[in-house]
Amino acid sequence: MSDEAQELIGDYQYGFHDPENSTIRFDKGLSEQVVRDISELKNEPEWMTELRVKAYNHFMERAMPEWGNCPMLESIDFESITYFLRSSDQTEKSWDDVPADIKNTFDRLGIPEAEQKWLGGVTAQYESEAVYHSIREDLEEQGVIFLDMDSGLKQYPEIVKKYFGSVIPHSDNKFAALNTAVWSGGSFLYIPKGVSVEMPVQAYFRINAKNMGQFERTLIIADEGSTIHYVEGCTAPSYSTDSLHSAVVELIALEGASIRYSTVQNWSSNVYNLVTKRAHAYKNAVVEWVDGNIGSKLTMKYPSVMLLGEGAHAEVISVAYAGKGQHQDTGAKVHHLASNTTSNILSKSISKNGGRSSYRGLLQVTPRSKGCRSKVVCDALILDGTSRSDTYPTMEIGNPSSDLEHEASVSKVSGDQLFYLMSRGFTEDEAMGLIVNGFFEPFTRELPMEYAVELNKLLELEMEGSIG
Amino acid sequence: MRVVSEEILRIENLHVSVAGTPILKGVNLVIHRGEIHALMGRNGAGKSTLANALMGHPAYEITEGKVFYKGEPLEDLDVFERARNGMFLSFQYPASIPGVQVGTFLKKAVASVRDEPPKGRAFRKELTTAMEKLSMEKAVLSRYVNDGFSGGEKKRLEILQMLLLQPQLALLDETDSGLDIDALRIVSQGINEIAVDAGCLVITHYQRLLDLVKPHFVHAMIDGAIVHSGGAELAHELEARGYDWLDVAA
Ligand SMILES: Nc1ncnc2c1ncn2[C@@H]1O[C@H](COP(=O)(O)OP(=O)(O)OP(=O)(O)O)[C@@H](O)[C@H]1O
Ligand SMILES: [Mg+2]
Repeated sequence: MSDEAQELIGDYQYGFHDPENSTIRFDKGLSEQVVRDISELKNEPEWMTELRVKAYNHFMERAMPEWGNCPMLESIDFESITYFLRSSDQTEKSWDDVPADIKNTFDRLGIPEAEQKWLGGVTAQYESEAVYHSIREDLEEQGVIFLDMDSGLKQYPEIVKKYFGSVIPHSDNKFAALNTAVWSGGSFLYIPKGVSVEMPVQAYFRINAKNMGQFERTLIIADEGSTIHYVEGCTAPSYSTDSLHSAVVELIALEGASIRYSTVQNWSSNVYNLVTKRAHAYKNAVVEWVDGNIGSKLTMKYPSVMLLGEGAHAEVISVAYAGKGQHQDTGAKVHHLASNTTSNILSKSISKNGGRSSYRGLLQVTPRSKGCRSKVVCDALILDGTSRSDTYPTMEIGNPSSDLEHEASVSKVSGDQLFYLMSRGFTEDEAMGLIVNGFFEPFTRELPMEYAVELNKLLELEMEGSIG
Repeated sequence: MRVVSEEILRIENLHVSVAGTPILKGVNLVIHRGEIHALMGRNGAGKSTLANALMGHPAYEITEGKVFYKGEPLEDLDVFERARNGMFLSFQYPASIPGVQVGTFLKKAVASVRDEPPKGRAFRKELTTAMEKLSMEKAVLSRYVNDGFSGGEKKRLEILQMLLLQPQLALLDETDSGLDIDALRIVSQGINEIAVDAGCLVITHYQRLLDLVKPHFVHAMIDGAIVHSGGAELAHELEARGYDWLDVAA
């Protein structure tokens, strides 16, 4: 590892990288041919190839967003990115069969232990494709489909064709177009009618190679009355050059279904993390996004829910931590498109060492949607004088029968809190760590325990040596 | 007759300013192990300032004088080191820490202060015993530190911390305020338990606490200095006469 890379890693505990042993690596840069080559390599049906090409053309024509962090967005060099990299020739069902170098990486991240202890299924994606996949037999017997997206397309082409891009069309935004053009990997999950999956299923995304682009595509369909909790973790090593993570996640919660999607993204500080996440919630369905954003250089992500049927409910709980040189532009969007729909949005952010966090939210109630209720709470904690926090809430309320609440607060850690904790034997850093973990607690308590513990440790590390 | 034991705290001519304003103007005080000292005085006299300055609050600037804790200059120690070396302040207004559960906080505090922190089960046992002494409900452990606590609940949690941290110097700033009659009795037992083996500085306005926690010495503070000291009887006198007669003396 170069000294420069070592220096960048700093406290980032996933900053290690293992030697890259790829079996197929595309040349850097993007063209229609690259898009067609990816599709051909994967042996895809023609409709997918054509969709990719259409999306590629849209991506080329589409302007960059004119909001968020424009200078940072403009600095992405799409030509220096590798769009496809295959590290293993197949997706293994047994951990033992995963190539040793890749296994080594995931061992270091603690994936196999987690699976044994508390997961209903797991997918591990390394660079562009899944390298390991498993699901508990009992779930399979109940008809639950949990595959990586490539296998999903091969084995269930009709379902994929029906839903792929139905929530987030390729023309939604520039990065959705890019993802549709070059997508690879991600999860495909189908829960049959009435099936309740008690243990969470997990996907783990790891970028290992330099200048890599990861474009996973996730599609979850919860059929009527079913329940699922999907958990996703992401890391990447620290390089001195940038990587791009641009995922698209589509959720469909049919009548009475319930989907919880929990993410803790802990990217190294040179990853552009530009993700589109959206859900359709039908009658009486519940969709919950639990979304944690630590690390990355720039994150732009606004999990959204379209409440399409009466009685549907959306819950978006998110936290963002912006450290040195980082901008977390995150938030939530909820569209109340049917009557008597409800939503709760809780957003918490911490900025430190010159970091910037922004809340960007949209709450829409259409004129026809009567009796909707929504509560939005945004809390920002700023740890020093050089850091920044801003909120950009938008409300489009089409009728007066709705009950809406919006609260926002910006606070600083008080000297009295620090003194109180220090008088109990905590160092200043430890005290700060406790306060910060406490601030994120309404989020952390929603996570599976393993993730909660991990997140707390991470934040404590971030607080070390922080106070000047 | 009392045998004078180890010196815990020595304050010599202490001057303290807050935001440039002098508040303490030459405090002198010596506390030995096993002694309970009561500090009384009008609102704004500087009692909390003394307690906060001793614990090392950064807003309280020592401009003159010296403080020795167990014979060593106190100024050399950071706040957390003072705690780890056995100093404890029960706050007049304890800060709340939203999102941090009392149980987690207590465990971590004990771990940071003690050289050999008790392991899981031993700690739980110790905690249960201490909470029973203070008639505290288990449910407190899953609440957030002081968040939404009533005045009395906060004070009880302060004393619980003191019992667990077992300080050698306890600074108790109006621990009796906000306590109901039963709580006052319970909390006093806690203080007496610690006082056997520690030096105690008890800041209070009321005799009712000193009936339960019997001071060996009582000090009256007027305008940032201790102007009069005596035995337990001084507290009765102050309660009866107020502080005006001392203004003349000062
Ligand atoms: N942090 C501070 N900032 C500004 N002024 C302060 C601060 N702390 C204390 N003071 C001032 O110092 C003086 C002494 O305050 P202190 O809190 O020590 O009084 P006290 O004797 O404890 O009173 P009480 O009996 O009301 O608790 C007061 O005039 C108070 O306003
Ligand atoms: Mg006071």
